[in-house]
Amino acid sequence: MKLAYWMYAGPAHIGTLRIASSFKNVHAIMHAPLGDDYFNVMRSMLERERDFTPVTASVVDRHVLARGSQEKVVDNIVRKDQEEHPDLVILTPTCTSSILQEDLKNFVERAAEASQGDVLLADVNHYRVNELQAADRTLQQVVAFYIDKAGRQGTLDTTKTARPSVNILGISTLGFHNQHDLRELTRLMADLGITVNLAIPQDASVHDLARLPQAWFNLVPYRELGGLTADYLHQEFGMPRVDIAPMGVVNTANCVRAIQAVLSAQGASADYEAWIDEQTRFVSQAAWFSRSIDCQNLTGKKAVVFGDNTHAAAMTQILAREMGIHVLWAGTYCTYDADWFRAQVEGFCDEVLITEDHTVVGDAIARTEPAAIFGTQMERHVGKRLDIPCGVIAAPVHIQNFPVGYRPFLGYEGTNQIVDLIYNTFTLGMEDHLLEIFGGHDTKEAVTKTLSADAGLEWTTEAQDQLQKIPGFVRGKVKRNTEKFARDRQLTEITLEVMVAAKEAVGA
Amino acid sequence: MSAPTQTPNTPALTFECETGNYHTFCPISCVAWLYQKIEDSFFLVIGTKTCGYFLQNAMGVMIFAEPRYAMAELEEGDINASLNDYNELKRLCEQIKKDRNPSVIVWIGTCTTEIIKMDLEGIAPKLEQELGIPIVVARANGLDYAFTQGEDTVLASMVHKCPSTAPSRPAEPEERQGLQRLLALGKRAPDAAPTPSHPPLIVFGSLPDPVVSQLSLELEKQGIQVAGWLPAKRYTELPVVAEGSVVVGVNPFLSRTASTLARRRKCHLVSAPFPIGPDGTRAWIEAICQALDLQPQGLAEREAEIWNHPQVQAYLDLIRGKSVFFMGDNLLEVSLARFLVRCGMTVYEVGIPYMDKRYQGSELALLAQTCQEMGVPLPTIVEKPDNYNQVQRIRELQPDLVITGMAHANPLEARGITTKWSVEFTFAQIHGFSNTRDLLELVTRPLRRNQSLQTLGWQTLVKSV
Repeated sequence: MKLAYWMYAGPAHIGTLRIASSFKNVHAIMHAPLGDDYFNVMRSMLERERDFTPVTASVVDRHVLARGSQEKVVDNIVRKDQEEHPDLVILTPTCTSSILQEDLKNFVERAAEASQGDVLLADVNHYRVNELQAADRTLQQVVAFYIDKAGRQGTLDTTKTARPSVNILGISTLGFHNQHDLRELTRLMADLGITVNLAIPQDASVHDLARLPQAWFNLVPYRELGGLTADYLHQEFGMPRVDIAPMGVVNTANCVRAIQAVLSAQGASADYEAWIDEQTRFVSQAAWFSRSIDCQNLTGKKAVVFGDNTHAAAMTQILAREMGIHVLWAGTYCTYDADWFRAQVEGFCDEVLITEDHTVVGDAIARTEPAAIFGTQMERHVGKRLDIPCGVIAAPVHIQNFPVGYRPFLGYEGTNQIVDLIYNTFTLGMEDHLLEIFGGHDTKEAVTKTLSADAGLEWTTEAQDQLQKIPGFVRGKVKRNTEKFARDRQLTEITLEVMVAAKEAVGA
Repeated sequence: MSAPTQTPNTPALTFECETGNYHTFCPISCVAWLYQKIEDSFFLVIGTKTCGYFLQNAMGVMIFAEPRYAMAELEEGDINASLNDYNELKRLCEQIKKDRNPSVIVWIGTCTTEIIKMDLEGIAPKLEQELGIPIVVARANGLDYAFTQGEDTVLASMVHKCPSTAPSRPAEPEERQGLQRLLALGKRAPDAAPTPSHPPLIVFGSLPDPVVSQLSLELEKQGIQVAGWLPAKRYTELPVVAEGSVVVGVNPFLSRTASTLARRRKCHLVSAPFPIGPDGTRAWIEAICQALDLQPQGLAEREAEIWNHPQVQAYLDLIRGKSVFFMGDNLLEVSLARFLVRCGMTVYEVGIPYMDKRYQGSELALLAQTCQEMGVPLPTIVEKPDNYNQVQRIRELQPDLVITGMAHANPLEARGITTKWSVEFTFAQIHGFSNTRDLLELVTRPLRRNQSLQTLGWQTLVKSV
C-alpha cells in the first residue's frame, strides 16, 4: 500500500478511453462498477464536448461478483452495436476486472459474432501500466487490428502516395493543447509541400487505417503516445519515423531537417534550409525575442521544470538553449521512460528529478527557490503557496488549459506562444517583487473597506463564528447587508436569528 | 397541506426499474464533504488509482488545500496477498497519526477491498487498540451504492460509535449554566432553556454549519431542543444516542443510517418529508412536532411568508407551467420533484439510483398529494435508470429543463435541451425555509440564461440532429 494524495498519470483505462473516444464512431464499453465512468464527465467538461462521449459501462455489481458477468458484457456490446452502429467496440478492462479475472477475451469473441461492427479487448493491465502507456498500447493495437484485417481481406494498398506525405501519430482527446498542435502541424506540413495522409487517432475513422502504409513517413510529435504504432509500422512496412517534437525554435528546425533527410532518402528533392531560416528569423518571434533586451534581463534567472517527457524535456531545452535561463532541475513523472528524459536534458540543467510523488516535487521547489516554475497544475499550486509564478506546460491540467483560442505548443506559432508563457511568468514574479519592495501600488490605507461603521452593533459569538464560515468573497457583502438590515430595524445585537432573518429578507 | 399522510383518494405513483446503466458519482466522493464537516477526522480511502483519479478530479481545487483525506493505494502485492493487510494499514495509519493527529480515522472500503475480501471490519478494532485512535469502517463502494449513499454508509457506521449515556460532567459547569440562565433571563429564552420536556431529538445527515443552525433555530421556535446532530462538527462531539431517543433525517439518502438508529439503538424514527423547499420544511417540522406531542405554531404563516417574498415570486414566474425531467444520480430527486411541482412545474420523470419506499414514504406521499393539489399528472419514478433510454425519452418529450450529471449536460445543451447540473444540489445550501431562494436561484439559472440569450437564434449547436 502506498499513501497517496495526488497522481500525475491516471489509471490505465483512461488511456484506452482517450484513444477510443478520439476516433470517430468507436465506442468503449468499460467492465467497471458504477461511478467509474467519470471519464465522460472529464471529457464533457474539459473538452467542452458537444457530443455524448461514446463510453458506457457494463456495470459490475454484487450479482456480477457472485455469478460472474455471464451474458451481461456480451449483451451490452451487442446492444450498443445495434443502437449506435459503431465501427468498433473496445471492451475496456479496469482495476476491478483485473482482479475478477473473467474471460473477457471469450466475451469479445462471442460478441463479435453477434455484432455488425468489430469488437476488440484492450490489452492493458491496470497494475502494470498507466494512462500514457495504455494509450500508446491501445493505439498500436487498433492500428494493427485494422492493418491485419485489410491484409486478410486483400484490401491493403501499400503503394506510396505520388507526392511526399505523412501520418501524424498520437493526437488525442484530453491531450495537452493537442487540437491546436494538430492544426499547427498540418500548416507546417503544407508549407513543406507534404500532404497529411492521416492523423490518428483524433477524428480519424478506423476504415482509413489501412491507408497508413501509403504515407512516406510517420511523425510522432509526442514521446508518450504513438511510439509503439510507429514501431509497428516500421516493422511491418519499413516506414521511417521522425520523432523529434517540433517544440521551440531549435527543435522545430531539427524536426524539419529530419523530415528532409527522410524524404531525400526516398528520392524527393527536399531542401528546407532557406525556409527554416525565413521562419526562424521573421515568422517566429522567438529568435528575435532571445536577442531583445527583454530576454537579456532573464539571463541567468533560475527556473525549474516538471511535466511529462515531451513537454518537460522541450521546455528545459528552450529555457537553457534559447533564452539563457538557468534551469536548476528538470523532472518527469514518466518514470517508466526515465532514461530517454535524462539523455534529452543532459547539459541543459543542473539536476534531474524522476518521480511520481508530488510532495517530492514540492519539496524540491521549496528547497531550490526558483524565480519561476514550469510544471503541471500541481506545481502551479505549489507556486501559489510559495509565491512563485508558474507556467503550466503539461497535463494533468484544468479546464483553463483547454483554451478555445489558438494556442499550439508545436511549430513556429508554438514558439511564439511559449515566449509569451515564459516571459509573462517571469515578469509577473518580478512585478510582485518590486511591489513588495516599494510597499504596494497604493500605500494610502483606505479608511474603511466595508460600508458598515461597526458602532452600535454587536455580533454575538455564534453569529461571528457563522460569519467566519461564509466564503471570504461574499463575507463582506453578507456582513454589510446583515448590519443594514439590523440597523433598519433598530436592532443593536446581531444574533443567529437576525442573520437568518436578514438572509430571507434581503439575501444577506 | 396538513400532516403528510397519504389520503385515500390520492392517486398512486408508478414505479419502474431499468437496467442501472446510468452515470453517477462513486460513493467515495462523500469524503469530499465529510472531511470538511467533521473537522478532526481523517478519511483514508483504501482503493486503487481509479478511485484516486476520480477523487482528484471530482474535488478539483479542494485537493490542493491539504485535505484531510488520502488514498491507501493498493498495489499488486496487496491484491495477491504477498503483503499483509494488517501490517500495511498499520504502517499507513501510524504515518497519518504522526502527521495529522486526527480524532478519528475513517476507512472507506472500495470495490477492490470488497472483491479481494479485505477484512476491514476485523482489522479495525485491533488497530484501534494499538494506535489509540478510533477507526470507523464504511464500505462506500460502487458495487453496492451510488454517490450520496456514501455518506449513508459512513453515518451508519458512526452510529455505533455514539455514546449511549451522557458522560458524567463535573458539577461546576452546571452551576455556571445556572448562572448564565439567570443572567440571560428576560433577554433570550431559547438559548439557555431548561432541559426540554420532550424526549431527546437527534437529527441525522451532514449539512453545512450555517444550515444546521438555521434548522435548529426553526425547531427552537416550536420549543424543540435538538439534543445532537449526527455528524457533529467534531468526532469527539458525537451525540448521545439513548434508547427511546427520537431521530429524524434531513436527507433522502440516509436509509441505512435510519434503520441502524432504529434497530441497533432502539430509537424512534420520525417518518417525514425532507426539509427541502418551504413546503418540505414545514411538513418536516410538523412531523417532528407530532412525534414529540407538540402543537406546531405559526408554520402556515412562516411558509406563506417565504413563498410570498417578491424575489421568490419572481423566480416562480419563470418556472411556472414548465416541465422538468430528472435523469437521477443523487437521491435528492423525489424531494426536489415535489418542491418543483409545488412551484408550478410538471415533472415528467424522476430517475433515481435507489428508492427506499419506507424511508422516503412520507416524501412520496407528499409528492403524490402535491401533484393532486397542483392539478398536474404524477411523474413516473424510474429506479436504476438507463441513461441511453432516458436520452431517447428526453428527445421525445423535449422538457423545458433536464436535471442531469455533467456527462450529459453539455451534449444535451448542444442539442437545444436546457440542463441543470445535478451535483450542484448536493453541494449548495438547499435545506430549510431560509435557503428557498438559493434553491430557486439554482433551478432558474439556466432559464434566466435562456432569457438573456434568446434573441441570438442559435440554440442547436450540433450538425444534423
